[in-house]
Amino acid sequence: MSKSDPNAPKRLALISSKGTLDWAYPPFILASAAGAMGWEVGIFFTFYGLTLLKPELTAAVSPLGNPAMPMKMPFGPEAFQNIAWPMPNLLMANVPGFESLATSLMKQTFHNKGVATIEELRQMCIEMDVRLIGCQMTMDVFGFKREDFIKEAEIGGAATFLEYAADADVQLFI
Amino acid sequence: MIEVIKEDQVLDCTGMLCPVPIVKTSKAMKELQSGQILKMIATDAGSPPDIAAWSRQTGNELLRSTTTEDGKFVFFLKKS
Repeated sequence: MSKSDPNAPKRLALISSKGTLDWAYPPFILASAAGAMGWEVGIFFTFYGLTLLKPELTAAVSPLGNPAMPMKMPFGPEAFQNIAWPMPNLLMANVPGFESLATSLMKQTFHNKGVATIEELRQMCIEMDVRLIGCQMTMDVFGFKREDFIKEAEIGGAATFLEYAADADVQLFI
Repeated sequence: MIEVIKEDQVLDCTGMLCPVPIVKTSKAMKELQSGQILKMIATDAGSPPDIAAWSRQTGNELLRSTTTEDGKFVFFLKKS
């Protein structure tokens, strides 16, 4: 009970609602940073965010529908790497394999820059006792079972999250 | 003349980006006894404000925050 006990640590309550590689980063970055600051952290994984609780993460990224996403090449001279390649939707929607290309380019760029992988960040969260709550309703809708998710995950619904968030100092929907 | 701070432990976070330096710093500090000092080295340009915030949030004192001639950030943190 964060609010009733003045000595209780600060608390962060996050909702993770998107399962693409780019949107997987913010909740895990904030959760691990807050955990490192000694805060209590809980993440509620709902809708497409729920896939981030699978043992094998297959999060991908698509520049389609992300019009402001810079497409950068992870190799070559620095000036070449800094070019933001224009990617017309017509091209992205029609070239087979474009999404996997964009995903591997982003992963390589992140790796080159020294960004941790989603798997590494999730493991850090687990080691810092971040509560990972999977949404029961989403499981029912998309046909997931408890065994589809990592053992550290717990399952709950809106009331579970709201009770946790009610005593949180920071609440964010991602 | 700047006073020399003698660290008990060194943590090198060169090449790592947010939030890894914070997470590793937190882990390293847990291994120290109260009053011991951690020297942390980072290249992430976000680390000076982040380490200062981490220090305020956790109550572990940031004794010194400096930038070396080759652009590295060096922090001395005292375990509370």
